[in-house]
Amino acid sequence: MKEFKVTPIRNGTVIDHIDCGMALKVLRIIGVSSNNVSSPISVLMHVPSKKEGFKDVVKVEDRELDPKEVDKISLISPDATINIIRDFNVAEKYKVTLPQVVRGIVRCGNPSCITNLNEPVEPEFSVESKKPPVLRCIYCDRILDDTAEHLI
Amino acid sequence: MEFKGLDIVSIRDLTREQIEFVLDLSEKMIPYARGEKFTKMLEGRILANLFFEPSTRTRMSFETAMARLGGRTLEMSHPSMMSIAKGETLADTIRMVESYSDAIVLRHPHEGAARLAAKFSRSPVINAGDGAGQHPTQTLLDLFTIRRDKQHIEGIKVALVGDLKYGRTAHSLAEALTLFGAEVTFVAPASLQMPRETVKQVEKLGGKPKLTSKLEEVIKDIDVLYVTRIQRERFPDPSEYLKVAGSYRIDNTLLREAKQNLTVMHPLPRVDEIAPEVDYTQHAKYFEQAFNGVPVRMALLSLVLGGEL
Repeated sequence: MKEFKVTPIRNGTVIDHIDCGMALKVLRIIGVSSNNVSSPISVLMHVPSKKEGFKDVVKVEDRELDPKEVDKISLISPDATINIIRDFNVAEKYKVTLPQVVRGIVRCGNPSCITNLNEPVEPEFSVESKKPPVLRCIYCDRILDDTAEHLI
Repeated sequence: MEFKGLDIVSIRDLTREQIEFVLDLSEKMIPYARGEKFTKMLEGRILANLFFEPSTRTRMSFETAMARLGGRTLEMSHPSMMSIAKGETLADTIRMVESYSDAIVLRHPHEGAARLAAKFSRSPVINAGDGAGQHPTQTLLDLFTIRRDKQHIEGIKVALVGDLKYGRTAHSLAEALTLFGAEVTFVAPASLQMPRETVKQVEKLGGKPKLTSKLEEVIKDIDVLYVTRIQRERFPDPSEYLKVAGSYRIDNTLLREAKQNLTVMHPLPRVDEIAPEVDYTQHAKYFEQAFNGVPVRMALLSLVLGGEL
C-alpha cells in the first residue's frame, strides 16, 4: 500500500523540487510568519527526488501565489516547479523562471549602495547567470552575495 | 558619433570606439585648455557641479573646462548648508538642479548615486566619483595620458601599485587598459590586492593579469607605473601601515632599475608614495596627468552638450 506522508490537497499550490534546505525560506517568501494564514501548510524536507538526490516540497492550501512570490522563489531555488491544484487536480504546472531583470524583490547587499538609503527607487538587478542565480546591482554594480538573506 | 544628452556613469557604458572618439577630441582641446586658443562653443550653457564630498582636482578641472568652453558653472555651497542637510533625497535635489542647469556633474559618497541621478535627470549626468564605485572621467584622463606619452596603448605593459582593493581608479583603469590591449600587472600586499571580481573581468576581456606583491620583480619590464595612495585608515595597526606603505615608496634608487622611458603616474593627492626627487625626472607624468583632466573634461562636456569646435 502506498504510504502518504502528506495527503493531497483540494485547492491551493504545491511548490515542488525546492532545493534541499530552502523550504523554510520559501515559507518566509509566501509570508507564513505573518498572521494571514488560515488554511493548512505542509512542509516536506529532504524527501527523495525522482530527478536526482533530495528535494523539499511545500503545499499551501487555498492559496495561489502571486508573480512576485514566484520570482522570489526562482531566486533561491531555480529548479522549483509550481503546481496549482483545483479540486484535487493539477490545473496548471510550470517551472519557475528567473527574469532578466529583478526589481523590487531583493535588497542590495552593499550597505553603501544608494538604494539602501531613503531614495524613491526600487532596488534593481541584472541577472548575470540563472544557474546559480548571480545578480548585479544596476546602481552600485556589485554582485549580490547571499540572495536569500536580502529578500524583501 | 552621437553623444548629445548621454550620461557618463561608468566607463563600461562606453565602447572602445566611443572612448577613442573622446580621446581624439581631447587632443584637439589641448590648445584651448592651455588658453592658447579661445572658444565660446558652450556660451550660455550652465553646468551644475554637485560635490557632496571634498574634491580639489576633479571639481576645479570641471569648472576650468566649462569656463574654457565659454560656459558657466553653478557651484553648490557646502552640502551641510543645503537642503540635503534637512533630509532631502538625492532624487529631489537632482530634479531641482536639472531645472537650473544643462548638465550635472556629481560626486557622492554612496555607490550608485550617479546611476540614480541619471534616472531622475533629463539633462546629462557625469559621474565624478560615487563612493568606492566608478570615476569614469579619471579613467579617460589616465588613458589619455598614457596614449599621449606612448602614442598607443595596445601592448603597453602597465603595473598598478598600491591600494588596489579599495582604490576606485584602479578597478576601472585595469578594465579599460585591457579593453585597449595593454598588459596589466597588479602589485599590492595580499590584503590590498585587486578584488577577484575585477581580475575576472580583466580575464573576460582577454587579459592575462599578473598578481604580485613585489614591485622590484616587475620594475625592469614595465612601460607605465601607476601608483595609488595607500590609505592609513584601512589599517587597524599603524605599524602594519608603515610596513606596507614603505615597501611601495617610489624613489630614484628604485627607478634606476627601470626602463629609461618608464612613465610614472598617480591620480593625486599623493602622501609619500612618490618621493619629491622623482618630480624632477623624465619619468614623472602625474602633474601632466592632472592637467589632462581639463582637455578630457572639455571634450566630454562639449560632446554631451552638443558643442562644436
